[in-house]
Amino acid sequence: MKPVEIAKGIYNVGVIDWNIRDFHGYSTHLGTTYNAYLIVDEKVALVDTVKKEFSDHLIHNIARVIDPKKIDLVVSNHTELDHSGGLPRVMHRIGEDKPLYVSKMGKKNHARHFPQQWNYQPVTSGDVLELGKRSLTFLETRMLHWPDSMFSYCKEDGVLFSSDAFGQHYAGQEMFDDVVGDAIMPHAKKYFANILLLYAPLILKLVDQVVAMGLDIKTICPDHGVIWRKDPMKIIDAYVRWSKQEENRNKAIIIYDTMWHSTEEMADAIAAGVAEAGALARPMKLREWDRSDIMTEVLDAAAVVVGSPTLNNGLFPTVADILTYLKGLKPKNKIGAAFGSYGWSGEAPKLIHDALAEMQFNLIDDPLKIQYVPQEDGLEKSVELGRKIGSAILGKG
Amino acid sequence: MDKYVCTVCGYIYDPEQGDPETGIEPGVKFKDLPGDWVCPICGASKEDFEKED
Repeated sequence: MKPVEIAKGIYNVGVIDWNIRDFHGYSTHLGTTYNAYLIVDEKVALVDTVKKEFSDHLIHNIARVIDPKKIDLVVSNHTELDHSGGLPRVMHRIGEDKPLYVSKMGKKNHARHFPQQWNYQPVTSGDVLELGKRSLTFLETRMLHWPDSMFSYCKEDGVLFSSDAFGQHYAGQEMFDDVVGDAIMPHAKKYFANILLLYAPLILKLVDQVVAMGLDIKTICPDHGVIWRKDPMKIIDAYVRWSKQEENRNKAIIIYDTMWHSTEEMADAIAAGVAEAGALARPMKLREWDRSDIMTEVLDAAAVVVGSPTLNNGLFPTVADILTYLKGLKPKNKIGAAFGSYGWSGEAPKLIHDALAEMQFNLIDDPLKIQYVPQEDGLEKSVELGRKIGSAILGKG
Repeated sequence: MDKYVCTVCGYIYDPEQGDPETGIEPGVKFKDLPGDWVCPICGASKEDFEKED
């Protein structure tokens, strides 16, 4: 990728990872990018790096703008290795003694990733680094999404370097929101649902803080995917909406796995019942859907219904997987229900029910369990459960 | 009553508020929190907290 000028003297020198499909368990169907930003002023600053294996590519991109040795300082907004992995190569190339600006937690966390004794310059919110015509103001964004995370803001150009926030796993040569258009939003939504949802209360606080600081944001430069230059408020508004979790769509996501199609038949019958009540339902079989795609659907679903066969007196493993994942991401304001077919002991539906109750889902019925293959009465019970879920979604339950 | 700050994420435990999400009623001092209580934001343990200045 050629360096792309974002504002005069500010370039994206990052790289495209076209082929990654599994990003620490998150499915990246289109690949992703690792964005890094070069600011050429009286002082030359590099904001963030890339994954280690793309380090040479990063150096090459920088060299297309300026001799890398002319970089005076590096800002590392986040310690995670897809953004800091290029530091050893970069620091070696520009001079190991060059200042490396990090948050206070960033200093601790970088030291636990890299043995090098770099010249760390820890900063706190409100600290300003003068570059010449421009300056960078730092804003700590702890737990968005690591303790070390921070933003760097160039007030002269209204550019916010937002680290992972507002990012999307999207690989493309279209570097900007106005080029991709609305097609970028599902990727931004997936990123939010899988990386940030559990920190929703902090996001709302951060947005209030940014508004109170009166930052004039013209461009948001995240570390993954496209840059928001046409309408940065669009993604900020979406983050507020997703964080509040108050505007769920009238849909139920029916997450299940199945061994001999019995739990599957129940899932389909529940979906039919939801539709009869006037809401929408989407059954998602766990061995066909990646957990991060399921989570994206969960984000704005009014109801989350989970089904499992009973295997070896417990949950089917993929169901245990998704329940662990769901619990960690802390979705709120969900209607829930549990179901499943079983052979002789039938523990799974109750285990699901208890897990959803622990997540404070609003459980609308006892777990529905059916022995072996559902017959007409079992299917009718499943449809009836679906009707109840549908009515609850529409506020009639 | 003293407030305590999580040194990992900056969350502040305020005894006057308690931690309703984990069933800690208002009025519980930091030192009286259960030993297995963790930061509601980042999951850090009690040892990672410091008294607020």
